[in-house]
Amino acid sequence: MISFGPTEEQELIQQTVHDFAQSEMRERARPCDEKRELPDEFLQKSWELGLVAGAIPEAYGGGGIGRSPVTNALVLEELAWGDVPLAAAAMTPALFVQPLLDFGTDEQKKTFLPLFAGSRFHAASLAILEPTFSFEVSNLRTLAEKKGSGFSLSGKKRLVPLASTASHLLVVARGARDGVAGLEAFIVPRDAKGMKIAAEPEKTLGFQCLPRFRVELDRVEVSADARLGGDRGIDGARLLAMLRTASAALGLGLARGVYELALPYAKERVAFSQPIAQKQAIAFMLAEMQIEVSSMRHLVWKAASLLEHGADASRAATLALTYANREVMKLADNGLQIFGGHGYIREYPVEMWYRNARALTVTESVSAL
Amino acid sequence: MIDYTLSERDEQVLAAVREEALICRKYARYYDEHEEEFAPAELPEAKDFKNPFALLGKRDELDSSMGVMSMLVTAGQTWGDYTVRMRRGTGGLGNAALRASGTPEQQNRWGAKTLAMAITEPGCGSDSKAVQTTAVLDGEEWVLNGEKIFVTTGCRAEGVVVWATIDKAAGRAGIKSFIVMKETPGFEVTHKEKKLGIRADDTAAYVFRDCRIPRDHLLGGDESIPKEGAGGFKGVMKTFNMTRPAVAAIGLGIAQAALDFTRDSLAAEGIEVDWSAGPHARSAAQQALIEIEADIEAAMLDVLHATWLSGESKPNNLEASISKAKGGEIARTATQRCLELLGSLGISQDFLIEKWFRDCRITDIYEGTGQIQRLIIARDILGYSAAELS
Repeated sequence: MISFGPTEEQELIQQTVHDFAQSEMRERARPCDEKRELPDEFLQKSWELGLVAGAIPEAYGGGGIGRSPVTNALVLEELAWGDVPLAAAAMTPALFVQPLLDFGTDEQKKTFLPLFAGSRFHAASLAILEPTFSFEVSNLRTLAEKKGSGFSLSGKKRLVPLASTASHLLVVARGARDGVAGLEAFIVPRDAKGMKIAAEPEKTLGFQCLPRFRVELDRVEVSADARLGGDRGIDGARLLAMLRTASAALGLGLARGVYELALPYAKERVAFSQPIAQKQAIAFMLAEMQIEVSSMRHLVWKAASLLEHGADASRAATLALTYANREVMKLADNGLQIFGGHGYIREYPVEMWYRNARALTVTESVSAL
Repeated sequence: MIDYTLSERDEQVLAAVREEALICRKYARYYDEHEEEFAPAELPEAKDFKNPFALLGKRDELDSSMGVMSMLVTAGQTWGDYTVRMRRGTGGLGNAALRASGTPEQQNRWGAKTLAMAITEPGCGSDSKAVQTTAVLDGEEWVLNGEKIFVTTGCRAEGVVVWATIDKAAGRAGIKSFIVMKETPGFEVTHKEKKLGIRADDTAAYVFRDCRIPRDHLLGGDESIPKEGAGGFKGVMKTFNMTRPAVAAIGLGIAQAALDFTRDSLAAEGIEVDWSAGPHARSAAQQALIEIEADIEAAMLDVLHATWLSGESKPNNLEASISKAKGGEIARTATQRCLELLGSLGISQDFLIEKWFRDCRITDIYEGTGQIQRLIIARDILGYSAAELS
């Protein structure tokens, strides 16, 4: 049944997360960006919302509300409305937990899920991006080769969020088969022999408060039970569909934030004795933003809904991400333009969101789940 | 619940619509080339097909709403052809106005007739409050004078809902709707318009010369006169909340036909999208296919959203305009891009895609241009009146 209405429970979650984004993220975002700093206090507060642990079954100490990609998309939109890099930081453990829930063996779930059931923020992360200009997820350079009964992992990863504090990284590598079907994921402890996490986080355009690290793997040996999903491995296409849908949901939240800030500003800012919103040139930009926020949201929701049904969501997720990546950048660009000179100075958040928009929409598949 | 899956029954209806649409397609070129003719009310093949609308009847909780389904059915029909139908339905835009603003007596009297809607004039299109056609009360009769153009279903309709002003000084508030039946003296259908596309479609031009109609032909009855403000005008605007998503669906059905043809044609020559791979594993053509598909899907979801809201009895004025703005733009640009992808073979009249390119260009113009929709959206989100943002 085609239907566009969140459930009452989802509306409540939306409201809770929105309030959190308003009170804990909006004001924090600027100083965190300036100082390239991620306060533990913020991570802890976000943890207390239960956004990561809620999906973990009670048997493993979690909240037991179950996995819902649709609810997840709603949460990500609200968090990203607050601030995208802070949202990505808060949800980084989910990059480890959610694939574990979806693809992990019972043994793997039993071993690792309880780590995230405590009251303290627990960092774990996902390593997928690589240092090539033509990075392509269906053609990874990081290789997983059979060695004895286990595997040997070699390659370079980058932009791995919270890698320096993560207890484990989920390392995505290319296995025996080519393409997305050959994607494998391995649970690697931070101190694994041969894995080197850079001492300093990478300095990037945007996402400045989220520490993201280069990671080198030099013949890192892992046992067979470190392979996510055991003998079955993972469903690479589904993992990517989840990551893409999540990334598009973050873009949606960012775009909505820009739109909701630009609209009142355009009504207040007077030029030629009239609010600039009364000029069609500006009013139509705002109308366009409203159209695109709606359109993006429906594509995100559709992909999430297919994931929720366990259906093949590759097409829907690629459509959502391709569309969102294009429109988020355009929207952030127009938002900055409406603010004119004020959009360029670091007093308003628009220039920061503009940087974050570009940083978010080039990573293609990895931001948060 | 947020959900985008179709029930088995929904799928059955849409499959039947597609099957019919493919039959209609066989006639598409003929009527494009013979614009002076009208497609038949029923195709010869109709006897072999059960009417898919019969399947639509019972909706249970797993099925999509009637409104949502009607949009999908509409797009499914124009995916076949803009004008040719297995069985042409009765009713026109005037019927929607009658349902929205007519008195119970008027609905009983004319509800079964096909009514066109005549708003546009040679000197007024989007600015519909600038209507010059006049209606003057003379005893128990209204006397109409003026010219109307671009009247959809205008040749074959049995009657028409005409916009005319009873008081030019009153502007918008002076505009009323009148029902005029075809045989009325002084009402003349002057010609069928010749167009870029949708050539088989019935688009008429009218002239009213001292055309006299009984007083009770004023839509909404006499009580619609003394109302303060824009009573009658608003009534007609309300019907746009239903028709705008539908018009977008019409255009998007054509755009989808163009995309499907483009995708299948390129796939036959080895160019196909891999939905899992990323951007660096794609050619420019594959990237374009993905973008066109995303655009059409986004626009169609906007249409379904607007109709879904109305089914939930929620306001959808803004969303109806969003769907029309987006749908109009995408119907136009998606078919443009498809033709670009197919290169010089695409423009051959051996195929229908060049016709679809012409047909769907109207989507961004009629039922409120893309610019008018953006104006409506902007006023809505900014809380501005027409005077504040013109």
